[in-house]
Amino acid sequence: MKIHEYQAKAILGEFGVPVPRGRVAGTPAEASAIARELGGTVVVKAQIHAGGRGKGGGVKLAKSPEDAAQVGSQILGMMLKTHQTGPEGQQVKRVLVEEAMDIRQELYLGIVIDRSVGLPVIMASSAGGMDIEEVAQTRPEAITKVHVDPATGIQGYHTRKLGFGLGLTGDTLKGVADFVIRLYRAFEAKDCSLAEINPLVITGDGRLLALDAKMTFDDNGISRHPDVLALRDVDEESPLEVEASKYNLSYIKLDGNVGCMVNGAGLAMATMDIIKLAGGEPANFLDVGGGASAEQIENAFRILISDRNVKVVLINIFGGILRCDRLAEGVIKAVRALDVTLPIVIRMEGTNVELGRQMLKESGLNFVNAETMADAAALAAQAAGAVHS
Amino acid sequence: MSILVDEQTRVVVQGITGKEGSFHAKGCLEYGTKIVGGVTPGKGGMLHEGIPVFNTVAYAVKEAGANTSLIFVPPVFAADAILEAADAGIGVIVCITEGIPALDMVKVSRCLQGQASRLIGPNCPGVISPGKAKVGIMPGHIHIPGPVGVVSRSGTLTYEAVGQLTQRGIGQSTCVGIGGDPIIGTSFVDCLRLFQEDPGTQAILLIGEIGGTAEEEAAAFVNAHMDKPVVGYVAGMTAPPGRRMGHAGAIIAGGKGTAAEKVAAMEAAGIHVCRSPAEMGVLVEKSLRRR
Repeated sequence: MKIHEYQAKAILGEFGVPVPRGRVAGTPAEASAIARELGGTVVVKAQIHAGGRGKGGGVKLAKSPEDAAQVGSQILGMMLKTHQTGPEGQQVKRVLVEEAMDIRQELYLGIVIDRSVGLPVIMASSAGGMDIEEVAQTRPEAITKVHVDPATGIQGYHTRKLGFGLGLTGDTLKGVADFVIRLYRAFEAKDCSLAEINPLVITGDGRLLALDAKMTFDDNGISRHPDVLALRDVDEESPLEVEASKYNLSYIKLDGNVGCMVNGAGLAMATMDIIKLAGGEPANFLDVGGGASAEQIENAFRILISDRNVKVVLINIFGGILRCDRLAEGVIKAVRALDVTLPIVIRMEGTNVELGRQMLKESGLNFVNAETMADAAALAAQAAGAVHS
Repeated sequence: MSILVDEQTRVVVQGITGKEGSFHAKGCLEYGTKIVGGVTPGKGGMLHEGIPVFNTVAYAVKEAGANTSLIFVPPVFAADAILEAADAGIGVIVCITEGIPALDMVKVSRCLQGQASRLIGPNCPGVISPGKAKVGIMPGHIHIPGPVGVVSRSGTLTYEAVGQLTQRGIGQSTCVGIGGDPIIGTSFVDCLRLFQEDPGTQAILLIGEIGGTAEEEAAAFVNAHMDKPVVGYVAGMTAPPGRRMGHAGAIIAGGKGTAAEKVAAMEAAGIHVCRSPAEMGVLVEKSLRRR
C-alpha cells in the first residue's frame, strides 16, 4: 500500500527522522495561512502517489502568503501528469506547504527487501534527487549497499560503511548515521516494503533533512498496523480495483478487450500471455483464488464486464479445490443475474469437469466450450476481433 | 524415486482443526499419505477426523514419529509455526499459508540457515510424489508416477502443466510448488540440485513467473551443474510493470524481473523455453525422446 508524502513525513517524524516544517492544505486559503505561519519562502507540493511531480508542474516555490494562495490555486484541482500517472493524469486534492531549504548537498537513501538474499538492504548514494534506478544501471559503483541481519539489527558498522561511502566526514557523518538508524527503525516497525528519502539534503547550516519521503507498506503486514491502513487513499486507486479488493479478488485493469477470469495467479498470467499469443489483447488480470464461492464468481463477473472495453469473456479454471460444477453454477447464476450478452468462452479442467460442462450445456445460455487453453485463447481472440469489425 | 516426500514421510498437520487444515488433511489421508498427527495448541489429546491432535509439534515428533510438517495456520502466526517445526527437528516443513508479512519471513529464513530443516513455501500448493505421498493441497488424481520432476512458483499453473503431462502418459517423480512470495524457504536451484541427484528423475519442468531473479539463478545452475534436460516456462509476458500480479513476489520492480529477461537467461543456459503455456507437455515429451 502506498501513502502520500505528507503522511510518510508524519510517520518518520514519530521516529525522530528530521523533516522540514510544514503542513498539508486542501484549499488556497489554507496554503496561504500555513505559509504565513512558516514565514519566508515556502514550497507548495502536490500530494499524489505517483512520482515525477516536479517535472509535471506539481511542485512550486512561493515567496509570500499571497503567492502561496496563488500557487495553491494553480496546483489544487489540476490533473497532474507524470511518467507514472498514465496519460489522463491524477487529480490533486491536497498540497503540502513546507519551509524552503537552503540546500548544500543532495543525497539518496533507501531501504527495500533484497529478495535474492532475503534481507533488508539499505542503499545510499551521493547522486541525490536523481532516479536511483537509472543510477543503478549507469553507475552502480555510485551506490553503497549494506544488508541488515534481523538477529542483530542495525549496527554502527552499517552506518559507517554508508556514511564513508557517501564521502562524508565529521558532524555530517554522525548525522547521517543517526538518520539511517531512525529510518531503518521506521521501516522495520511499520512493515514497510520501501522507505525512500530522495533527496536527503544537507542544508547550508549543516542540518540533515528528509526533503522528500516515500513509504510503501507490505500488504501482508498491514493488518498489524491499523494506523497505517487508515491512511489509504482510494481516490489514488482504480475504482474497479477498489471494488474487487472488497471481495478478496485480485484484479488489475489492462488496456485490451478480452476480459479474463482465472483461478490462481500463475495461471491468470499464463492466460493473459496466451491471449496475446493468439492475437488478442487481455483486458485485465483477475484471480478468483483457489476456493471461490458462487457469490465471488458473480462479483468477479460484474467487475469484469463493467470495463466497457471488454468484448468477450474468457474463463479458464483448473479445478482443484474449486470444483468445476460449483464454478458452472456460479457462472450460470451470474450470467442470468447480470443479463450478460457478451460472448463467453469457457475452458474448464479438473475435478468434476464432466458435470460442469453438462451444466453449462443444459443452461440454454450461449457459452462457447473450449477443450484446451490454446483453443480457448484462439476462440476468444477471434470473438473480440469479430465484434470489433 | 522421488525427492522431499515419499513412503517414509510421516506428516504432522499444524492447524489441523481449522477449516483449511481439516479439509486438506483429509485429502492427503485419502491419497494414502501417512498423516500421523495434528497440532492445535490446547486441543492436545483429542481425535480430529480420526487423527490424534497434539499441543505442540515436539509431542507429535516424540509420540507419533512425525518427520514432515504441513502448515495451515493464519498468516500472522505462520512464522511462529515454522520456527516451532524446525525447533522440533522436523526435516521437511511445507507451509501453505498465503499472506505472511515479508519481514517475518526475513527472520524465519535467516533463522533456518545452517539448520537441518528445509522449508517449502510459504504461499505454495505443497509437494507430491505421485503414488507415494501428497503433502499439500493439489488435486492428487491428476498426477501419475513417472520420470519428470516439476518445480514451480505457482499453484494452478502447475496443475495445468501436470494435466498436460498426464494426458500424454508422462508421469511425475515429484512436483514441488516453491511458492509465490518474495522470500521462500526452498529455491529453484535447491530443487534442481535434488532432481539432478535423483535417479528417478530424467527431465525437469521449471515454471517461473515475473519478479525477482530466481529464474536467472536457476539458469546459471543448469548451465554449470546439470546434464538432465530442463524445459521451462515463464508466466507474465504481458504483465504491466510495478503491479503485484496476485502473488506477492510477482512484480516487475524498477524495470527488473521481466519475463523477457528470464526467458533470455534460461535459453542461454540451454533450457528449452515454451513460448506458450499450452506447449509445456509437448516440449517435455520431446526432451524425454531426445535423451
